[in-house]
Amino acid sequence: MPNAAGRLTCPAANSASIPDAHKICTDVVHAGRGPGLTTVEFEPWNDPQEKPLIHFQNVTKRFGEFTAIDNLTIDIYEREFYALLGPSGCGKTTLMRMLAGFETPSEGTILLAGQDIVSVPPNKRATNMMFQSYALFPHLSIWENIAFGLKREGMAKADINDRVDEMLRLTRLEQFGRRKPHQISGGQRQRVALARSLAKAPKLLLLDEPMGALDKKLRQETQFELMDIQEKTGTTFVIVTHDQEEAMTVASRVAVMDHGKIIQVATPDRIYETPNSVYVADFIGDVNIIEGTTTAIGEDSYSIAWADDRAPLTANSNTPFSDGQKCHLAIRPEKVAISADKPSEAANAVQGKILDIAYLGNISTYHVELPSGVVIKAQAANTRRISRRSYTWEDTVWLSWTATAGVLLAS
Amino acid sequence: MRRFLLIAPPYAWLLLLFLAPFAIVVKISLSDYALAIPPYVPKFSWDEGIGAYLSQLDFENYIFLTEDNLYWKAYLSSFKIAAISTTLTLLVGYPIAYGMARVPPEWRPTLMMLVILPFWTSFLIRVYAWMGILSNEGYLNQLLLWIGIIDTPLTILNTNTAVYIGIVYTYLPFMILPIYSALERLDESLIEAAEDLGCSRLTAFWLVTIPLSKTGIIAGCFLVFIPALGEFVIPSLLGGSNTLMIGKVLWEEFFSNRDWPVASAVAVVLLLLLVVPIVLFQRNQQKQQEAEQ
Repeated sequence: MPNAAGRLTCPAANSASIPDAHKICTDVVHAGRGPGLTTVEFEPWNDPQEKPLIHFQNVTKRFGEFTAIDNLTIDIYEREFYALLGPSGCGKTTLMRMLAGFETPSEGTILLAGQDIVSVPPNKRATNMMFQSYALFPHLSIWENIAFGLKREGMAKADINDRVDEMLRLTRLEQFGRRKPHQISGGQRQRVALARSLAKAPKLLLLDEPMGALDKKLRQETQFELMDIQEKTGTTFVIVTHDQEEAMTVASRVAVMDHGKIIQVATPDRIYETPNSVYVADFIGDVNIIEGTTTAIGEDSYSIAWADDRAPLTANSNTPFSDGQKCHLAIRPEKVAISADKPSEAANAVQGKILDIAYLGNISTYHVELPSGVVIKAQAANTRRISRRSYTWEDTVWLSWTATAGVLLAS
Repeated sequence: MRRFLLIAPPYAWLLLLFLAPFAIVVKISLSDYALAIPPYVPKFSWDEGIGAYLSQLDFENYIFLTEDNLYWKAYLSSFKIAAISTTLTLLVGYPIAYGMARVPPEWRPTLMMLVILPFWTSFLIRVYAWMGILSNEGYLNQLLLWIGIIDTPLTILNTNTAVYIGIVYTYLPFMILPIYSALERLDESLIEAAEDLGCSRLTAFWLVTIPLSKTGIIAGCFLVFIPALGEFVIPSLLGGSNTLMIGKVLWEEFFSNRDWPVASAVAVVLLLLLVVPIVLFQRNQQKQQEAEQ
């Protein structure tokens, strides 16, 4: 079965039948990324020897006057879990549909494993897609839905049986094979959609808002399940989502998009800790943005004049800023400490009045208004009972953070 | 009590306007032909009593239907004509319905209007219009002669071909509308999913679009087949002397021969034959409703 095996991502599997190839792949992959098991860092994007599985070269897509994708160049590597994150209308779905073959770029080339796929129709591509609506065939049983793609491939009956059973096992749907899609729950339907798109062992699996229809708790469980399946199968996943938590949880790298452009591509921790722009800092998680002007006070160290003219802030930055340059200092609320008394050792300390407290159970977010009118959010874990909290509404408190807590961003 | 009041009107309607007339037709079909007004005996009279009246009824007319092979030939020919016209209507109607379901949504009400627009003119006038189009000196022949495709006029009017044209034309909306409503609900991403899983456009259509519009196809076919089977106006105006349809036979029996009892027997048998497809149609509708829940 050279045709079917050739679709696998695992090079060791070329001559093996699919189920066997799978086991080999599983072993290989476990050496790579995986929480707890990680022995080797999975960072193919830092390895100049590594060839990307997907390469977008200056791709532009226009719908009439509207530019959905604007001169975009990205690389996606084998076995990556790549998340496209952005608000609705940012072009992330168009990007994914171009990978699936439902849209052709107006300009530019898309390479899959080195081959230009722009002119290849969707049914001839080694990619499969999991649709946001799941798009399960309502007239077919779960079993037939999963077997649909395999039958089109002309696979032998016995092999189809094995493969579908394997997929049902992988997604824990063994008992539901004979049911119709409308006879199972939303979560189960989601797993059927996943099983169906994985059945053909695509080089690349595209997931369009795969958990959009699930409730929060189920979504969180499913995220881990998805990561687990991605590791087991060794397939490259590209996920489109507008949920930043979801992207951060599942992805090896996150691409933040806006208006058809990629703003930043990085690992979840780097996206969060070192955003490259105010847009990314603001889009991912909660953040305080303080506007000011920089003055260099040492190597990689700057003093920032801002709204509160009594106390300039200090912050470190690897990117150089000139004196008097306008800047934004982005600080995450959880990196701002709150205390009733002035902290003795802190690079930055400001005094303000508590305006609001958002109590979330495990943590509380304090909105503190400074004399200049700027409101800064600080987050603190609720380690003590709420009745024993030493400050409350209207209290004057001190906020402090270190010089490395914030990120200095150019305007 | 309230429930009873709610369901009473449709049942009263059925009883008054269907069951009662049907009972009269059944009664006439069991009577004998006579030169009288109305042209059958026995007549009910209170003096003789209901028992004596009922004893005069018999199945003679039904036996007569089986003896003269005109009748079963007419039934068979009607089935054939209805089946062929239904197939033709499906072949013409499906692409139209498909096209309507695929155009941008803002176009759909207009197209829908165009489909039902012919209903604004009397059915009879439209059939007469077809006579004008299809006759030897008609517009169609004039056009074909003028283009030069043919040298001598085609004989279409008063043949079965004209009957097929008439039925397909008349019943097309009944085919288009249910198929359109099935196709309109079809999720476009299902087709994309089929293509993504390795189908060409054509196989995706065959494996996804057709099965998912099946209920619409079945509904449309019954809505065309059932009235076409008993059709009278189209075969008598557009058909020829060798167009044999049960509706026409019924009409001639009733008005030309004035044999009400035999005509009634023909009508009762036709209705019993139609019960089968009607029950099947009902079952299809029920299935569709269940699938939607």
